[in-house]
Amino acid sequence: MRKWIAFWNILLKDMRSYYLKPPNISWGLLFPLVWVAMFLIRSGLGLEMLPELLPGLVSLSILFGTTSVLAVTVTFEKKGRSFERLLLAPFSLELLMLAKTSGAILFGTANAFVPILAAVILTDLPGMNWAMLIPATLLIAVSSTFLGLLIAVSAREVFEAQTFSNFFRFPMIFLCGLFFPVASLPVFLRPLSYALPLTYGNDILRGSIAGTSLMPLWLDFPVLLGSCALLFYFSINIINRKWIT
Amino acid sequence: MDSSGMEVPAQPTGIGHGEPLLEVADLTKRFDDVTAVDGISFTVDRGEIFGFLGPNGAGKTTTITILTGLSRPDSGTVKVAGLDCTDDPKAAQHMIGIVPDESNLYPELSGYDNLCFCAALYGIRKRERSERARRLLADFDLQDAAGRKFGGYSKGMKRKLTIAAGIIHHPQILFLDEPTTGIDVASARRIRQLISDLNSRGTTIFLTTHYIEEAERLCGRIAFIVKGSIVRTDTVGNLMRHAHGRNVVQFEFSGEAGRACALIGREFPDLICGTVPEGIRVESPRPVRVGPLVRLLEDGGIEVTEARKILPSLEDVFVEITGIEAGAMKQEKERSGGGAR
Repeated sequence: MRKWIAFWNILLKDMRSYYLKPPNISWGLLFPLVWVAMFLIRSGLGLEMLPELLPGLVSLSILFGTTSVLAVTVTFEKKGRSFERLLLAPFSLELLMLAKTSGAILFGTANAFVPILAAVILTDLPGMNWAMLIPATLLIAVSSTFLGLLIAVSAREVFEAQTFSNFFRFPMIFLCGLFFPVASLPVFLRPLSYALPLTYGNDILRGSIAGTSLMPLWLDFPVLLGSCALLFYFSINIINRKWIT
Repeated sequence: MDSSGMEVPAQPTGIGHGEPLLEVADLTKRFDDVTAVDGISFTVDRGEIFGFLGPNGAGKTTTITILTGLSRPDSGTVKVAGLDCTDDPKAAQHMIGIVPDESNLYPELSGYDNLCFCAALYGIRKRERSERARRLLADFDLQDAAGRKFGGYSKGMKRKLTIAAGIIHHPQILFLDEPTTGIDVASARRIRQLISDLNSRGTTIFLTTHYIEEAERLCGRIAFIVKGSIVRTDTVGNLMRHAHGRNVVQFEFSGEAGRACALIGREFPDLICGTVPEGIRVESPRPVRVGPLVRLLEDGGIEVTEARKILPSLEDVFVEITGIEAGAMKQEKERSGGGAR
């Protein structure tokens, strides 16, 4: 019970200090909406294209929403030494990092629902499979958050973490099949696509929104889950090696 | 019992009960080619204020980071209340409180919220943590600043709140790393009083400081650490007893200190003469006769304005044991830590 009091309060503090601040709220709302508007205007095809675009927009919103904040919530606190307070608290490092990342997971998931709600309001999305969409959204948020965590704990400075994030995020827009299929990429780039968890998350979203997934669900979900576990494991490992020297 | 529910021992501040609370054996820590901590061993008794003194880079902070679980030793053992926590520091973290050398609370939270958050990290329930936070804010004279953001506090207020955060979960042992560095005299005095009060309520304190007079005033026992090794551990009483065997007289005058020492050295070769900013100090294992020395200096054309016996201090003991000038150590720390006292 005691450790859950700590967990809940770390989450609440991060929510108040970071996620519920006006810049983050406006980012979380505006970023996905601007992407939706931009794609609709650019494609010139109108709302009937929305189911095609929505999986990519949802993935993009989660990816940017989660990875942007961890550089602050983790790297900044580490730099300012307030993170030491958390490391000195009497509960496991794993629970601490779950508490520190749960805010980002919730934030990323909330970001994802901005384009989804916009799409529901604008079109009726007849083929939407909510039972697949919700767990997929959550898993993409977890994997993107843990990717952001891995970057944040590998960096020494906030700007370093932000630079590393961009190094991963921007190529992922093209490599993970968000707006055009992985099959259309050059052959030598495809292995890289299949090594990125977002490819599998986006594939589930495609299946649940447009019914056009390219890989079987029995592959997508386990790969996504496995990626989450691996990313978290590597992050904890880095903290253990570099922060508790 | 006092108002916070802690036992109030009937004993003077800083002296332990003889029951070891912290046991450190053969602790070693290397960073590449540098041995930061070199096989140190000591115990801290329950109820005592244990001073850990040394110059910058001596290994004080490295030792604290190992003892509190923020760093792993290369070898050696650490036990807290009999519990071996060398490989599993989490096992003892509920028993320890830490006040680092830099105040590291959250600048965006208020003083009250910072304390409540720190209490929550130890699993303390909402009502209880609110009560403890309010009580500590009152004890530390911070109730008027309770609602203000920590980032806007003065240095002294920040140190006080950081100490309050370190004890909100009622730790058995509190690690204080340079608690008064870089703050004004009045705040430093108040903090020393708070440390003394905490100890008299039963909290064992491990204090690192480069202010020797602070250690002399607060601590029951002191360990001197130099270049990663402990060169002496003893009670303040025993250390001072050694110093009391020496006789020191300070002369202030108009003239060149080097010439004064040369005159004294020629006439009284058994006396040790050294220069100080005020003039010279003459030292001997036997009582120093002031009259002949004053006459000698005046005959040599040096006009003596003051001659007085200097009572030996822990600083003298420190200089003798470590060979390090305490004044230089203090200045070096203040330059690196910022602020003046």
